[in-house]
Amino acid sequence: MATLHDYRMDITPNWCPGCGDFSVLAAIQKAAVNLNIEPENFVLQSGIGCSGRISGYLNVYGMHTMHGRSLAVAQGVKLANRDLTVVCAGGDGDGFGIGGNHFVHAARRNIDITYIVMDNQIYGLTKGQMSPTSPKGFLTKSSPEGNPESPISPLQLALSANASFIAQGFSGDIKHITSLIEQGIRHKGFAFINIFSPCVTFNKVFTYDFFKQNIVNLDDDPQYDSTDRTMAFDKVEQTDGFVKGLIYRKERMDFVDALPGRSGKENLSNQDLQLSADQVQNLLQRYM
Amino acid sequence: MNIKSEVSCLVGGMQGEGIESVGEILAKALGRNGYYLFGYRNFSSRIKGGHSDFHLRIGKDPVYNASERFELILAFDHESIELHQRSLIDGGVILFDPKTVKIDQITIRGGIQSIAFPFSDMAAELGSKQMKNMVAVGAACALFDQPIGVFGDAVREQFAKKGEAIVEKNMAAVKKGHEFLQELMDTRFPLEKQPQSGQRLFLSGNDAISIGAVLGGCRFMAGYPITPASDILENLVQMLPNYGGVAVQTEDELAAIAMVIGAGYAGTRAMTATAGPGISLMQEAIGLAGATETPIVIVDTQRGGPSSGMATKIEQSDLHAMITGTHGEAPRIVLAPSTVEEAMLDMPKAFNLAEKYQCPVFVASDLVLSTSKQTCEMANLQLEDIQIDRGKRVAETELAMSGDRVYKRFAITDDGITARSIPGQKKGMHHVTGIEHGPTGHPSENPANRVAQMSKRARKLQCVPMNDAIKYEGIPQAEVLLIGFGSTYGAIREARLWMQKEGAAVGHVHVRMLHPLPAAEISQYTEKAKTIIVVEQNSTGQLANLLKQHISIHAKLHPCLKFDGVPISPSEITSFCRELI
Ligand SMILES: Cc1ncc(C[n+]2csc(CCOP(=O)(O)OP(=O)(O)O)c2C)c(N)n1
Ligand code: SF4
Repeated sequence: MATLHDYRMDITPNWCPGCGDFSVLAAIQKAAVNLNIEPENFVLQSGIGCSGRISGYLNVYGMHTMHGRSLAVAQGVKLANRDLTVVCAGGDGDGFGIGGNHFVHAARRNIDITYIVMDNQIYGLTKGQMSPTSPKGFLTKSSPEGNPESPISPLQLALSANASFIAQGFSGDIKHITSLIEQGIRHKGFAFINIFSPCVTFNKVFTYDFFKQNIVNLDDDPQYDSTDRTMAFDKVEQTDGFVKGLIYRKERMDFVDALPGRSGKENLSNQDLQLSADQVQNLLQRYM
Repeated sequence: MNIKSEVSCLVGGMQGEGIESVGEILAKALGRNGYYLFGYRNFSSRIKGGHSDFHLRIGKDPVYNASERFELILAFDHESIELHQRSLIDGGVILFDPKTVKIDQITIRGGIQSIAFPFSDMAAELGSKQMKNMVAVGAACALFDQPIGVFGDAVREQFAKKGEAIVEKNMAAVKKGHEFLQELMDTRFPLEKQPQSGQRLFLSGNDAISIGAVLGGCRFMAGYPITPASDILENLVQMLPNYGGVAVQTEDELAAIAMVIGAGYAGTRAMTATAGPGISLMQEAIGLAGATETPIVIVDTQRGGPSSGMATKIEQSDLHAMITGTHGEAPRIVLAPSTVEEAMLDMPKAFNLAEKYQCPVFVASDLVLSTSKQTCEMANLQLEDIQIDRGKRVAETELAMSGDRVYKRFAITDDGITARSIPGQKKGMHHVTGIEHGPTGHPSENPANRVAQMSKRARKLQCVPMNDAIKYEGIPQAEVLLIGFGSTYGAIREARLWMQKEGAAVGHVHVRMLHPLPAAEISQYTEKAKTIIVVEQNSTGQLANLLKQHISIHAKLHPCLKFDGVPISPSEITSFCRELI
């Protein structure tokens, strides 16, 4: 039985006191223990940013990759060994800016990994420039006259990319995000969880208080049906994206099962690599 | 009549007309008759329309490059004649299709014969114009005095999927071409008969790379389509599932190499294949693989650059990108096959090196090597000798006994190599990052650690074995030394043979590993040489500069460069040499 202690790493995160990412770290560890996943079977991939440092702060197979590419690396890990639990985490700049392309394609490909974005509407590590989720008019170091661009909606983007599990939470509610992460890991397919994770140093607008006051809880809406894609789209529209809970979920065949001749086979990482004489003969036949 | 030990023909027409199938069938049948073949395809970026041609060289002895001179041109368009008639030998023959070639609009040079051959009409009579290619096969076979029998099997294999009726029709087309030529003229270029051979393959460098990957234990491939590397993705998508593997087409090259790093980290032999712009996109990830000591294999089928450059033309200009590409300094190994056989065997080698030295390994192919087809002798391949060496891995028992909570994946060792633990291994957990890190993989900016880790990674390459890192051919004490890498091997070899025939003391070093450079092995020959000519297909002399960096041969080194997109020919090399000596 894995315990929280097993998941702890004796390194103090270099995050600012109060940074939302602490809660996300705690929630991932708690979810893994609740699901009784052994740490050696848990791979945490992360991108580059303050949030990206997360993979070094728990004792698993942690991989800190490149800015924007962690999702692609994570898919490679899962394709090689589907017995591993693969979680990928990073910032909004990492996931929707420089890595936006991989986000869309991972969603439609539907590989069984969980993708957590710590969305602080700003670039933290590079000290406060605007991000793809910064609203129009937002004042940052790189938009001193106000952001001239409109933000993207991560949830609507995930919906249109055909993601099979979409949820959103807020760092101020660890219990809730722990539950979302557990559901995401259990979901067989690509699970996207956007977590509002305040940057207390560079973002003075989207603060803990802001989210406490403005976020709509889906649990309070008995009419909400998370299998209805249109309803999901509308809900995000109506709340301007400030909504938490399970937004959408639909079982869809996972990518590995969809690959020809792959379903039910031994993991790639467990294959016997030496070919028999017959196998060699078959490989060459076409060219004789 | 002169019996020939070697003949060449060119088939040319509009792209998309199936020109290559003429070469394919001729090659298959003649290969079974015991001849050695080299097939070079000259194509453009257009899919349909636009001229393309296929050069087939047929020899009694092994051939490693396209011939400069043809005995025969089979012309389905004007360009086939206009562009290539000067390459015909005196007494050479052009058989053209009067349906598509208006011969009175072309000035045919003296000493050659052009004959209208109604390929299309004959094919139409037999039921389908498409079979004009098969009529051409029959004509070529008669001209080279080849028995028509062996073509039966080749045609059958090509068309078997389409049913017996189609096979019969195509065979009839071959016969018709054969008969018609015999009525027209004598057997003009009879090929010397060849005794039965051992088992052989006829395949392209890209085919060989794909096969070599599977033989070498590759079980994951990720790629993004690009000329001339796409064949490798397409081949492996078909092949890998039969051996428990997977190939996926990604959204871009950034994703391709990132997935490969993930799969390599998770313990699978993984590769990508790309060219030109793809290699540029992969630069950052090469550094990540180097810094995280992750084994990956990257095939670069070099083509004309920079930018989109000349996508369908040969160039060998990615040397710098492969050897030093990425920011900072990251270890890697670069192999450079020069024949189809080597392309196949370098793949298992690349995977072994990648896992042994825990770094990216490049296989530097180029457009001509990747797309040309060559005869490959099974006896030379010795595939049964291929060994899989997975490098240093930490054993479960060792981990079980360890008192550490975090495995020291990057502990400093004498040879720089640390045993890997693979996700799933109990107590093997550790961190991996492109940030400079200490033994457990956690970030560290400590100056001493930085030096220790950088040196550790660099030290690994000092142990890479240098046997087979060059190949040498020619007389032992050569005064004139030719040096090259990649697909120019055949042209350099032929140039050397010609010059030796004229009495020159010529030798040839072909560099088979570009990084780490086998400087000591090369020096053995450069020391004795008076004149060193480095032959390469780029404009700045990348190999020449690399050699100068490692060996002091500045005064006697002469770069022989070609960067017009056309494969260098033996006579270009010999005339360069003659001017120098
Ligand atoms: C290719 C590349 N470009 C730029 C950077 C610099 N960089 C590091 S993190 C970052 C943005 C961080 O913002 P975000 O992803 O939102 O994460 P946060 O720090 O807010 O958690 C940038 C631009 C980089 N590491 N790599
Ligand atoms: S700068 Fe912002 S995002 Fe980065 S650690 Fe500090 S609070 Fe967190």
